[in-house]
This record gives sequence, C-alpha cells and structure tokens, in this order.
Amino acid sequence: MRLLEFQAKELFKEYEISILSSRSCTGIEQGKRHAEELGYPFVIKIQVPVGGRGKAGGIQICKNANEFELKFPQVMGLVIKGEKARAILLEKMADIKQELYLSLFLNRSKRCYTIIASAEGGVEIESVKNQVVREIGLGHVQADVARKVSQDIGLEGKTADDFVDILQKLSKLTMEKEAELAEINPLAVLQDGSLVALDGKFVTDDNSNFRHGELQKYQEKSEVEERAEKSGFSLVELDGNIAVVGNGAGLVMSTLDMLSDNGGKPACFLDVGGGATTESVYEALTLISKMGRVKGILVNLYGGIVKTTVVAEAFLKAYADGLIDLPVFSRLKGAESEKAREMLQDSRTKIYDSVEEAINAVVMEVKDD
Amino acid sequence: MTDIFEMLRGRPGDPDYGKKGVIVQGMTGAYGSLHTRNMVKYGTNIVGGVTPGKGGQMFDGNIPVYNTVQEAADATGAKISIVFVPAKFFLAAAKEALESGIKILVAIPEHVPVRDTMQVLEMARQNDAIVIGPNTPGIMIPELIKIGIMPASPFKAGRIALLSKSGTLLYEIADALTNSGFGQAITIGIGGDPINGTRLIDAFDMVKDAPDIEGLVVVGEIGGDSEEILAQRIIDSEFKKPTVAYIAGRAAPKEKRMGHAGAIVMGTYGSAESKVSMFNKANIPVAKRPAEVPVLLAGKMEKSD
Repeated sequence: MRLLEFQAKELFKEYEISILSSRSCTGIEQGKRHAEELGYPFVIKIQVPVGGRGKAGGIQICKNANEFELKFPQVMGLVIKGEKARAILLEKMADIKQELYLSLFLNRSKRCYTIIASAEGGVEIESVKNQVVREIGLGHVQADVARKVSQDIGLEGKTADDFVDILQKLSKLTMEKEAELAEINPLAVLQDGSLVALDGKFVTDDNSNFRHGELQKYQEKSEVEERAEKSGFSLVELDGNIAVVGNGAGLVMSTLDMLSDNGGKPACFLDVGGGATTESVYEALTLISKMGRVKGILVNLYGGIVKTTVVAEAFLKAYADGLIDLPVFSRLKGAESEKAREMLQDSRTKIYDSVEEAINAVVMEVKDD
Repeated sequence: MTDIFEMLRGRPGDPDYGKKGVIVQGMTGAYGSLHTRNMVKYGTNIVGGVTPGKGGQMFDGNIPVYNTVQEAADATGAKISIVFVPAKFFLAAAKEALESGIKILVAIPEHVPVRDTMQVLEMARQNDAIVIGPNTPGIMIPELIKIGIMPASPFKAGRIALLSKSGTLLYEIADALTNSGFGQAITIGIGGDPINGTRLIDAFDMVKDAPDIEGLVVVGEIGGDSEEILAQRIIDSEFKKPTVAYIAGRAAPKEKRMGHAGAIVMGTYGSAESKVSMFNKANIPVAKRPAEVPVLLAGKMEKSD
C-alpha cells in the first residue's frame, strides 16, 4: 500500500527520523484548532497518494487565520490526477540551506535493495542529478556504507553525521515494515547543518500485510474493493462505462488494451483469478452491479478446465435474481460452449468465439445508448 | 550455462531419460492434489509428495507421501520440486527443498512477500539451484513434461520457446501459436511478481542456444524493466532467431497495481511504451493483440528463410 505523506511521517517519527512539527486534519474546524496549537506561519499540504502536488496548487503558505480560512477549502477541494484530498497536513516551515534526495527501494532487475542519494534533491527522481547509487542486498545499511554514501554526495560535519544516522534509520524502517520504497525528498539541510525530512513517500509490499497488523490503519479500500479482496479477486476501478471481467491479470489487462484500442472505455479491471465458478462469476456481477456508471459488461474467460456452462449459470442466476439488467458480451473459451450458448439464447448475454467480436459488439452497444 | 533441457529431460541413454522425477510439496491439499493428477495425466513422472504429518501414506494408491523433502529426495533421487503451499509457508518450504538438494524449484504460490522471495533466491544462489516463479504457472516441454498448473490443451510440441510473465496469456498465446502450426519446444512462466527467480533474461539465456529452438515469443506486461533488459540482451548477443513480443497493460492507469503484484507503472518506469520502444529497437515486432502473435511470427519466419 502507498502511505500518504503524513502517515509516512508518523513512521519517520516512530523511527526518530527528524521531521518538522505538523498536524493532520480532514475538516476546517479541526484545522483551526491545529493552527492555534502550531502558530502561524505554516504550510498546508494536500494529502493525496500521487505526486505533483506543488504544481497543482496543493501546497500553500498560510501567514494568518484569514489566509488559512481562504486557502484551506481551496486545497481541500483540489482533485490531483483523479485523486481527491484524504486530509490536509499543516506543517511548520524551516530555514533551508540545501535540499538533498534520499531513497531506499526494491530494485527489481537487480533483485536487491538499492540506495539512491543526491545533493540535488527537491525535484522528481527522474530529474535528480548526480545520483549516487548503492546496492545493499536485503536492505541492511552498515554505518560504513552510510558514511561512504554521505561522502560521495559531498556532505561534511554535522550534516554528514545526521545523514549517516537517518540513512540507517530509514534502512531499519524499510526492512521492518517490508517497504518497496522509502523516499525522503527533499531531505532538507537547515542553517545549523542538521537534517529534516520535508516530504515522505512510503510504499509497502501488500503481500506482507499479514505480518503488519500495525499498518492496517493506513489501508484505504472502498467497499467494493474490500469485497473483491475477500473473494480473492483483483479489482481496479476506472472511469469508463464498460466493466471488464476475466480470469488472470495478464488476460484482463490484454482485454482492457483491446477494448481501449477500439474506442471503448473500461469501467473496471476485474480479475476473478485462475479458475471461474458459478459463485465467483456471480460475485463479480454483484460487484459490478454496485458501480453506477456501467452500461455493458465484457467478459473474457480462458481456461482449459473452465466449464462454460458453469459460467452461463451465473449469468442466468444474476438476471433471474434481478442483480443485473445489463447486456453481457462474453468470450468463453472452454468446455461445453455449445451448450452454454443454448442456455443463454433468450438472455441478454451473448457469447462470441473471439474476444475481438465481443469487443466490437460491446462498443457498438454502448455507443447506441 | 545451465542446460534447462537436460535438467528437465535428461541425457539420451540415462535410465530416467524423458521421465525425470518430480516431487510435489503440498500434494495432499485441494489445489496440490488436483494439479498432481493433471501432471500425472500429462505424463510427468511424479515420484513423491511432501506433506508434514502424512508421511507413509500413498496418494492415489501409487505415489508415496513423505514428511520432509529430505526424505522424499533421499528415497527418489529427485532434483525437481513443485511447491503448492500457501504463500506464508513458501519461505520454509523452499528453504527445506533447497537444503535437500533440489535444483529446480517451481514456485506456484501467489502473494509471497518479496522479502521471502529474496531470501529464497539467496539460498538458491548458494545452492546452485534454479527457482521458477513465484506466482508462475510453471515450466513445460510440451508433450514430454509439465511441471505446473497450465491446462494441457493449448500446448503442442514444436520449436518455439515461449516465455511469459502472465499465466492465462501464456495459455492464450500458446493456443494461438498451436492453431497456426507453431508448436513449442519449451514454455517458461516467469511469474507476475516484482522479483522473479528466473527473470526474462535468465530464461532467454537458458534457451537461446538450444538447437531445438527456431523462434522466440516473449509475453511481457507493464511493471519493472525486465523486457527492456531482455531486448538489450537480444541486441548485444546478436540473437538472430525470429522473435515476437506481446506486452499487456498499454491501457492501464499509472500507479495502480493491475492484479499482479509486479504490474505497476511508477512514473515512466515500467510503462508499456518503454518496453515496446526497446523491442522495436531490437527489431522485434510487438503484437497489439494475442491473436496477432502467430501472424507476426510467421512474417519473421518467412524473412529469415
């Protein structure tokens, strides 16, 4: 899961990585109380799980109560890359001498953790110059390695000591929470040479969630996503009007691609997992029935051992129960497809031999609406 | 370089040529038993299963079950194991296998924590073993040996090497290839996780010089940069056999995990555009649809004749 900035900073604080004083809130009344405690001036920062907040106007300085009351609703109302504000962080400001970059991440191609550090931070990682890169195995950073990295980016004195300390703490945090990415950007050098984490990005490995009950509070899931997960499905909600269902992540992605190539707009990515049963397909249709915008359903099931009659039963049951009243365009590859076709003859579900045909049909249908 | 064909098939003249023994870890569970039967039916020589506490039993009347991998390996001499245990027990199961002399470990479980996979890979490196997966459909030489969960029907023996990150797309594209007359010499499921025991580049190195191989099909997806690295290796090694790629996830939104733990685009890292452009640079056509793969491959074959 990807933590919001203020959540990442809660972890930084727990691991004694220096941060500025701050308070998070979700409403202006709570915000006003925090403003009193914190004292002006401070910055307000939108909390969204995407980058590019500054450019979008999501970070604003408030010098007094008037400015705060004016800017808070503006920032709270922003939608950045499709993401609404989860909270607003109020944070004190600091007198900054220099901005560094520091991250630890799971290096997929090298299959180890890797440190990236630079004396020129504060911009997106793609633009960070003079990067120092160190591979560090399973994530443990020894003092001498941290010291070498601090030297390589040209730090000295107190700043170097602080950097060595923060890098080792960040390594401990990364390993203990099983993070895929722990990034401090910028890592600010203050006038006295000390370091403070001005921003934080923290992404954990979802597959390790079962070992991390303490991170559960950061989990953000819609009701539909929660139900999907319980059924062992993968669901990503999108903003189009054609629900896409299939078995296997690759196959569903591929179906999404072909649908988009043909001018269709996917409403979701729904992978029901390896096999398909009457129950799992019925549950998938239940989830789709809860998404308001759907005009048609595209089903692409491939399986040597999937009986298409079993899937056909799920469609018939969903119509009979009044669960859905939507046309379904399906490509069912598997055993007994002739029989499945007969079963669905008088229903709103059509079966096609190829996914291309099913896609053409669903795109036509939705256009006619 | 490891000769994967020899490891799976053996040497002509060996007593076990063409019927290498395979151990199934987690054989008596619902999933393990279903796929054990499917593998047996396919002709894979399943010589034993491992389920702690069930040692001494017989599975389906003729496959002995052992309490530990060590016992199974000692009794059967098998060097190949396929693991069906739940993700949270994978680390322990894999460790046991590698310590018992297993040299090819096929890791079926999905949702294995990355940290566990990395520990397993470190052990595999020390023990000179190959890990396929996790989150893989497995590995097979069609019509000879199937160590995995793939259905039998899409595959046919032939001369194409098929490497895929996705399971169902592997079946889909194998089916399309088979229907167009392109049988497969070997198919390797890389898996959909961020960290793979056998990366695309490793799988490529295993098959590229095999005399059995006349062409290569690579099925990738968004996330990471293993397709880009493979494309570079293909350029650098001057690999000339006809090669075609397919990449799933062109229409996927950024920063969202698309079903597979590894299928996520971060910024520009892992994007389909990046992969397609690297394949193009390597003069490898990238199909827009699975059905287009055999068409492009046929085109490549014609040119190379």
